[in-house]
Amino acid sequence: MKILGISAFYHDSAAAIIEDGVIIAAAQEERFTRIKHDSSFPSEAVKFCLNYSAVSINDLDAIVFYDKPLLKFERLLETYYSFSPKGFKSFITSMPVWIKEKMFLKRMLNEELEKIEEYDKKNIPLLFPEHHLSHAASAFYPSSYQKAAILTIDGVGEWATASICLGEGNTIKILKELDFPHSLGLLYSAFTYFLGFRVNSGEYKLMGLAPYGNHNSDDVAAYVEIIKSKLVKIKPDGSVWLDQKFFNYATGLRMVNEKKWEELFKMKRRSPESELEQKHCDLALAIQLVTEEIVIKMAEEAKRLTNAENLCLAGGVALNCVANGKLETEGVFKDIFIQPAAGDAGGALGAALAAYYIYFEKERKIGDSMDSMFGSYLGPEFSELDVEFVAKKYKAPFKKYDSNLELSKDVATLLTNDSIVGWMQGRMEFGPRALGARSILGDPRNKETQKKLNLKIKYRESFRPFAPSVLAEDCKDFFEHNGTSPYMLIVKPVNEDRRNKLPDDYESRTIKDKLYFTRSDIPAVTHIDFTARIQTVHKETNPNYWELINEFKKISGYGMLVNTSFNVRGEPIVCTPEDAYRCFMRTEMDYLVINNYVFDKKTQPEWEDTDNWQEEFVLD
Amino acid sequence: MEFLRDLFRFITERKKWWLTPLIIFLLLMGLLIVIGGGSAIAPFIYTLF
Repeated sequence: MKILGISAFYHDSAAAIIEDGVIIAAAQEERFTRIKHDSSFPSEAVKFCLNYSAVSINDLDAIVFYDKPLLKFERLLETYYSFSPKGFKSFITSMPVWIKEKMFLKRMLNEELEKIEEYDKKNIPLLFPEHHLSHAASAFYPSSYQKAAILTIDGVGEWATASICLGEGNTIKILKELDFPHSLGLLYSAFTYFLGFRVNSGEYKLMGLAPYGNHNSDDVAAYVEIIKSKLVKIKPDGSVWLDQKFFNYATGLRMVNEKKWEELFKMKRRSPESELEQKHCDLALAIQLVTEEIVIKMAEEAKRLTNAENLCLAGGVALNCVANGKLETEGVFKDIFIQPAAGDAGGALGAALAAYYIYFEKERKIGDSMDSMFGSYLGPEFSELDVEFVAKKYKAPFKKYDSNLELSKDVATLLTNDSIVGWMQGRMEFGPRALGARSILGDPRNKETQKKLNLKIKYRESFRPFAPSVLAEDCKDFFEHNGTSPYMLIVKPVNEDRRNKLPDDYESRTIKDKLYFTRSDIPAVTHIDFTARIQTVHKETNPNYWELINEFKKISGYGMLVNTSFNVRGEPIVCTPEDAYRCFMRTEMDYLVINNYVFDKKTQPEWEDTDNWQEEFVLD
Repeated sequence: MEFLRDLFRFITERKKWWLTPLIIFLLLMGLLIVIGGGSAIAPFIYTLF
């Protein structure tokens, strides 16, 4: 049985295909169109899924869209009705999109699929599971749990903004939901907006900024108090009530009522790209602390309702790795599985899985592996011919290796010599994280690595941290974490014995001074608060990457590399060898490795491409 | 026709009859947009989409 899942028209369009419950392929549209968070119909991702699994649309048993458009429309109408006459401007702006396009989603989907190939639409059911059911399915079915609590938290789906479900065998039972406009995801996005980052893409920057806040300061405590007394009421079950007089997202075109927020926090909204001040960091820390409190309360409620040992997490808020780390440390559940594509892209996969297990009532078999995501390496891969084609096109000299081991040894040596290496191997990752298939790598011991990566390669804000890829078996030697974290979704502290003592005047230093203080023997991946966003690398899911890190360990004694996504700021992660080569040549990366081909920057012809990534990619 | 059938089923199942006049009005407006060839530009906050 073959099922195609699609998510589209909101943000992060994607497609996924499963066959008899096995995930065959999945990819986000942005990787093909090169438009970050592309929300258009995922034609290219669908084509890739069909080609990779060698099926035509007529071979499919169902096509599944990841939410219910009419239910969403109902929410919109009722929201406008209940707030009217407020929101009229927003109403007349958004309604044409609906009455012209989105209400007729079935027809739209059929038309778009017919552009890919003609098919007999009467014989293939088109299904629409609920948004949060798609998220829940994306987390539970690929997990290795027979029974688990499922917690999904995001901005909003149709009505639900969070849900608690019980997954058991092939069933998912929704136990509790929190409805719009009360939403943890939208609360976090409101702060993202107020602190000058882009809604729907800058949330992770807010998370990265929070540790620069001063835990001991009265300001942070005061901000937390304001948030909890004025903006949001947190109930014992983790549900939240947001005072709408401070927010504008339900009926307006902005996230917050700026004037009221400026009075509340006694600061102006930070303009995008302007200088970050301590008060911004303190406010970021305050909302992060409140978010963690809510997530933990929700998880405790999930435990109370289900009495399950394990937890599955999905929805955009599940990408908040700091909250995930705290939740793990709390020990509410024995084990946690987080869907690597926790945002809306993963909805495509969840929708397909929900159809297979719930609509078609198929039996669920659980294998021996950690999970059934195949390391999230579910995207396209490229052959030697593809790489040589690009080399020929750009007259790019390269060195080709016949042995993977020799390649790993040489690249590991380059890394220990402080080179920055673009690393593209095998199938592309599904989800927002680069996990060693489309990554830029560096030496975690070098304190200059973070600065070089941020300012000369990624061209992004200097405060942003980098993550370590660590051999799974070496993880506890570096971090206070005994489990795994294959999808880089958990933040944990660096072990005490690796940390350097902070100077007495540390808290009074500027953000930049704090940033460049050497905090541990792995400074490039130790964030300002001595934590790291860990990726454990497993031989079973990515043998090439594991081998490279292992070779690095043989030379340096450290089974770890710095891993950041292979892109520049605002650009989707590279997909093809050509994307990789262009990104390599536009930045100050030293080497590029595609499969078993190594390109040395020093020997490449001068880059004549006159285009500028800063104009090509909108800053995120 | 399929759309109208789906819409009818949806309203029946959700028992949201009070939405019917509003939806009919909006559909007529939609018809005008289609006939007039106007464009539908989405606002930027995703809850509204």
